[in-house]
Amino acid sequence: MTVQGQAGGTARRMTRKQKRLMIIGALALVLGLALALVLVALRDQIVFFYSPTEAIARAVEPGTPIRLGGLVKDGSWTREGETNRFVVTDGETEMAASFVGILPDLFREGQGVVAEGRLTTDGRFEASNVLAKHDENYMPREVVDSLKARGEWQREPAEGGAS
Amino acid sequence: MIIELGHFALVLAFALSVVSAIVGFTFRGSSAQVTLFLRHAALLQFLLVGAAFAALVQAFVVSDFSLALAYQHSHSLQPLLYKVTSVWGNHEGSMLLWVLILVLFGAAVAAFGRPLPFDLLALVLAMQGLMVAAFAGFTLFTSNPFMRMVPAPFEGEDLNPVLQDIGLAIHPPLLYMGYVGFSICFSFAIAALISGRIDAAWARWVRPWTLISWTFLTLGIAMGSYWAYYELGWGGWWFWDPVENASFMPWLAGTALLHSAIVMEKRNALKIWTVFLAIITFSLSLLGTFLVRSGILTSVHTFASDPTRGMVILTMLGLFIGGAFTLFAMRANALRAGGLFHPLSREGALVLNNLFLATATGAVLVGTLYPLVLDALTGQAISVGAPFFDLTFSALMVPLLILLPFGPFLAWKRGDLVGIVQRLAGAAALALFCAILVAALSGASISLAPLGLLLGFWVMFGAIAELVEKARFGRLPIGQSFRRLFGLPRTAYSTTLAHFGMGVTVIGIVAASAWEMERVVAMNPGDTQTLAGYTIGFEGLTEEPGPNFAAEHGTFAITAPGGGTRQAIAERRVYVASGQPTTEAAIETYGFSQVYIQLGEVAANGSHVVRLWYKPYVTLIWLGCVLMALAGFISLSYRRMRVAAPTPSRRKTVPAE
Repeated sequence: MTVQGQAGGTARRMTRKQKRLMIIGALALVLGLALALVLVALRDQIVFFYSPTEAIARAVEPGTPIRLGGLVKDGSWTREGETNRFVVTDGETEMAASFVGILPDLFREGQGVVAEGRLTTDGRFEASNVLAKHDENYMPREVVDSLKARGEWQREPAEGGAS
Repeated sequence: MIIELGHFALVLAFALSVVSAIVGFTFRGSSAQVTLFLRHAALLQFLLVGAAFAALVQAFVVSDFSLALAYQHSHSLQPLLYKVTSVWGNHEGSMLLWVLILVLFGAAVAAFGRPLPFDLLALVLAMQGLMVAAFAGFTLFTSNPFMRMVPAPFEGEDLNPVLQDIGLAIHPPLLYMGYVGFSICFSFAIAALISGRIDAAWARWVRPWTLISWTFLTLGIAMGSYWAYYELGWGGWWFWDPVENASFMPWLAGTALLHSAIVMEKRNALKIWTVFLAIITFSLSLLGTFLVRSGILTSVHTFASDPTRGMVILTMLGLFIGGAFTLFAMRANALRAGGLFHPLSREGALVLNNLFLATATGAVLVGTLYPLVLDALTGQAISVGAPFFDLTFSALMVPLLILLPFGPFLAWKRGDLVGIVQRLAGAAALALFCAILVAALSGASISLAPLGLLLGFWVMFGAIAELVEKARFGRLPIGQSFRRLFGLPRTAYSTTLAHFGMGVTVIGIVAASAWEMERVVAMNPGDTQTLAGYTIGFEGLTEEPGPNFAAEHGTFAITAPGGGTRQAIAERRVYVASGQPTTEAAIETYGFSQVYIQLGEVAANGSHVVRLWYKPYVTLIWLGCVLMALAGFISLSYRRMRVAAPTPSRRKTVPAE
């Protein structure tokens, strides 16, 4: 009991310093933990965006999650049951892609598409998700950039001319 | 003519706001007359912008396609509701709605701010005037909604079909009420910095505005989430999409502000931090506006964006946020810091709450902006998706939720942890029991889900335990306890309800993520599928004309495990004006769970791809948010009376703390 009492007394005397230390300690702990988590997650959990040409040029490992962007090649979309097959092209390279499920309403041949998924060992792309677009004029920015970069970009998005 | 009058009203409001800002900042402390002028000017700005907005609504309602905006985003066949919502279903109109809500809040401060010191009120209104000037100016000069077309077309181009939904009537106004409401906290923070005076009274004036903004933002985000859930047809309710994060960051920061303002009001501590948070919260709202309006980030919710205007918003963003932080850096020293306190106290718990919330805000901010920064620096396009946020965000939320029930039990200044653990033991045991029960009933394998449920139940029961404790149930005769319970101030109820709602949302998130079932199948009319005990039969397809679209109705018969069959209709629509197709999912609610059916296109052999989901307890996610918002309103209904009181009177009611 006496030992405890003494310890309590010491704590009370050091209290101001201890308070500061505890607050700063908690601060450092949480911030440090968060920083470490963010860094780890940024290293492991980000998904790179590639056009078919880049995906092949960079030799993306099969199984690595990527986003593939380009145009859906005209006449390439077929469906068997719930499996959709289509070809993503950037004008230079074509890549066969498949997707099981219901494609977004605005998925169209000849239009831009961004698909999330992985490459298979035989160089095809298996999409787990095809991103929806909210607007028929809308083209994913990455697709526009990569098309512009290889001179495939002809049309500007039709913006209403009021402004 | 009406459109020109509306245009003119907006120009007048802009001019008036410029004058308000100049007069307010120049003569702020000189006399109460200046403040009176600013208050009248704020009310007048609201009337003027309201008139401008009404003019726009009128043009949309009568389908006046000589108005370029109505031509681009409306159609004479649209139902009346969508004609009205078309007004803000586009960039120009939504900016005007932004400005309208900004002046609404300005007018509210002017109307209710009478008890405030006149020089403080002058500064707040001047700052509001400056913001109105910036955003009304932006609307007028870069995104004018009042442009005419000559000759006027006969028919409009229709509103984007995805937006033709009741969601557009609810979500943007609520969200903007939240976003823009924080501008008041921002103005109060700037006023405090300029005047160098900040005390508990300041926190008491800021808290209602924080609360009202937070409440609307909570509702706005929840309604947006539900809208995306049923409209996008992916069955997802949160995608960690940049646009979602843009609204979530102010919410996190606003939640922190809500709590730190309590410490400041009650204990006169955390002053500098609270001012900082007030600035951060509105800055994040502005950042959100920028991210959404500029279309700089690829989002599943991209709508009505225009990159060319992005630069202007970015400049405004830079000026407001940069200016505020410069002022903060210069003046923060002038604010006297509050004293230290024991870490184990109500203050300490609220600091911890702020620490986790602010860190979580930072993590979301990093994840949202990292693709932009990397793109700018290296040209490499990446996306930071759900895995990043799931990892970082939940790692920060789990300890926060574990600690949450302790907070309200701790006394100010110095808490007694042992006593609290004893008092919370019942709640913990009950939570454990419920989690095990639910896990056992659902036949869950070893996974994180039961732990998540435990967390949710812990937060829920911990919140209730607080009321039980305050009413001294079990320690006083039962009748006396009930009298105490009914005598508690409303803020006690709202704290409990808000924390309870948080727990409900957590349960919904855990259950819907862990036990969701999904199937993608090709179905012919007459086929049936079984999912999670529900038998879903595809009865067939009929053509049904809509007001401005042609629809295919896929009729499904859903038989619940307990018997009873309901008919559900999933639609595929093609809109007449744009030729754009959309799908409308069939959603049937059973208790808190939902069966979600999405109808795909017809295949060559006549079958339809159908995506079926069973989403257990999914509605709890939004229900919890509604409870949180309800708590906000309850607290507000109590608080309003206190704000109106000119001098803070010591409360003589039942001691709540």
